[in-house]
Amino acid sequence: MSGEGQLRRALSALRHDPLAVTGTAVLTLLVVVGVAGPWLAPAGVNEVNVDRMLEQPSWSHPFGTDELGRDVLSRVMVAARVSLQVGAVSVGIALLVGVGLGLFAGYYRGWLDNVLMRCMDVLFAFPVLLLAVAIVAVLGPGLLTAMIAIGVVYTPIFARVTRAGVLSVREQVFVRAAVSIGASDLRIMRRHVLPNIAAPLIVQTSLSLAFAILSEAALSFLGLGVQPPAPAWGRMLYDGRGFVTEAWWLGVFPGAAIFLTVLAFNLVGDALRDVLDPRQLTVSEARRSAG
Amino acid sequence: MSDVPVLAIEDLTVTIGTRRGPARAVAGVEWSVRAGQTLALVGESGSGKSMSMLAATGLAPRSARVTGRVHLLGTELTGLPDDQRRRMRGRHVGFVFQDPMISLNPVLTVGRQVTEAAEEHLGLTRRAARTRAVELLDLVGIPSAATRVDSYPHQFSGGMRQRVVIAMALACEPDLLIADEPTTALDVTTQAQIVELVADLQRRLGTAVVWITHDLGVVAGIADTVAVMYAGRILEQGSVDAVFANPSHPYTAALLAARPDPAAGGGELVTIQGSPPSPLDLPAGCAFWPRCPVRGDARCEHELPPLVPVSADHRVRTFYPHPADGESR
Repeated sequence: MSGEGQLRRALSALRHDPLAVTGTAVLTLLVVVGVAGPWLAPAGVNEVNVDRMLEQPSWSHPFGTDELGRDVLSRVMVAARVSLQVGAVSVGIALLVGVGLGLFAGYYRGWLDNVLMRCMDVLFAFPVLLLAVAIVAVLGPGLLTAMIAIGVVYTPIFARVTRAGVLSVREQVFVRAAVSIGASDLRIMRRHVLPNIAAPLIVQTSLSLAFAILSEAALSFLGLGVQPPAPAWGRMLYDGRGFVTEAWWLGVFPGAAIFLTVLAFNLVGDALRDVLDPRQLTVSEARRSAG
Repeated sequence: MSDVPVLAIEDLTVTIGTRRGPARAVAGVEWSVRAGQTLALVGESGSGKSMSMLAATGLAPRSARVTGRVHLLGTELTGLPDDQRRRMRGRHVGFVFQDPMISLNPVLTVGRQVTEAAEEHLGLTRRAARTRAVELLDLVGIPSAATRVDSYPHQFSGGMRQRVVIAMALACEPDLLIADEPTTALDVTTQAQIVELVADLQRRLGTAVVWITHDLGVVAGIADTVAVMYAGRILEQGSVDAVFANPSHPYTAALLAARPDPAAGGGELVTIQGSPPSPLDLPAGCAFWPRCPVRGDARCEHELPPLVPVSADHRVRTFYPHPADGESR
């Protein structure tokens, strides 16, 4: 009831934010392309045509062709699925594990907090890519291991953000009030703590989605993610690197795809943060009715 | 049932472990409150009035060591496992906290919050809970409750929020309502409304009320019995009539004298010199001795005075009871 009401109001507020609309439009396009890419693509991803290799963008090949004469537009479209999949699954892993750990650490404090957060600190201490590379090295290259590796790498951020939020919320009087009426710990966490830290988590999720897609691109660039001949934006950048001077389109289009995706996630994340907090919602509503 | 006090506390002592050693926040407190009655706990900040309530209901911080006996509706609470005590508290006790601006969850509608206890302890469905929430908001005098039930706390004024908090406390039809300085954060006219609301609800529902306050005007207006606390101990307790007519402890007398008197005009206000002792370093004798206007003797300094009866419903902890009424100070 009330939850739906809140969501409806949030969505209506989102509709009035041009940046959010732009970001959502780009993301929608991406999802459509990600789902239907193989059918929408004008040519097959691995349709080799050596007669037409390294052709400039033209009407028949809007993004040009690569060194094997494959259509770059088709490959960029099909690769969208991999990027979105990696982003969603790896951030999903990080969100689930990180929020869970942060919630328990922050709520119960004590030795549990110490043990969990020191483990997170150890993970945090490694540079993101180095840790991902190490995990992939242990598990073997491939799409699944890339997703797991990126998920592990981003878990500590969610644990930290969650714990910080929980620490401040659990001292609030309304949490004491919930304790006083005999609510159980799990109920307090679910009902009172989580909704109050949702805003930073949503922002962190959107940022992490963007970074996870970047990390996948980097792993693929290093040859540790998606394996050829399957297309991936990072892998395409890597392959195009040898032709920067002759064939700029090999790098520019996959790079632009990465850039647009990351930007869209950030725009939507920012807008969501503004809108999901009921106190801020009234401010934006007030501004709208005043203006 | 009427013979069993709703809440009875005996020899309650709370010691809090701090970095600088144990701090005795509450010592040997004893009182009870019956259905339909109001007990006022009065004292300065840090006198242990709130802590004694939190400890009695199992809400004291983890670093606190609580001893003594607490009976809620005849059931001994201190020996109960946490889970059962939590259920007893949720089902039978309602709390109203000091600042309504921070005691409501900002991201939940008031309707959801008001019935949270009822959902947990009475197993209400979402729909039944909503109906009940409207009833409760109506009961505490929130206009057009049926539409306000979906509002968020920030859309309410301070006084209205405190009404919501009271509705929340009443959701399970508690036998005991604990109000911890519920009017301190409100402006004066709203204070009067909230006091009147609680008194009215108590008359209608027959709830026992423990009202924690430092406002003696409120005590005189609504309480049946009063306990004056200082440095963790009760210095004077009894029926409001007896204590106010004949304040026998120098501290109570000084507190009553310190009330601003509009009839006296704008003269300088009477104060009590000094400040309460640190709970880390309590004197062996009477804790009020260093500030006492009577300034007894070495006995006051070294020996703890017992609580002695002044009359049938009036006890005081001093060697030198304040002169009986009629005499000036």
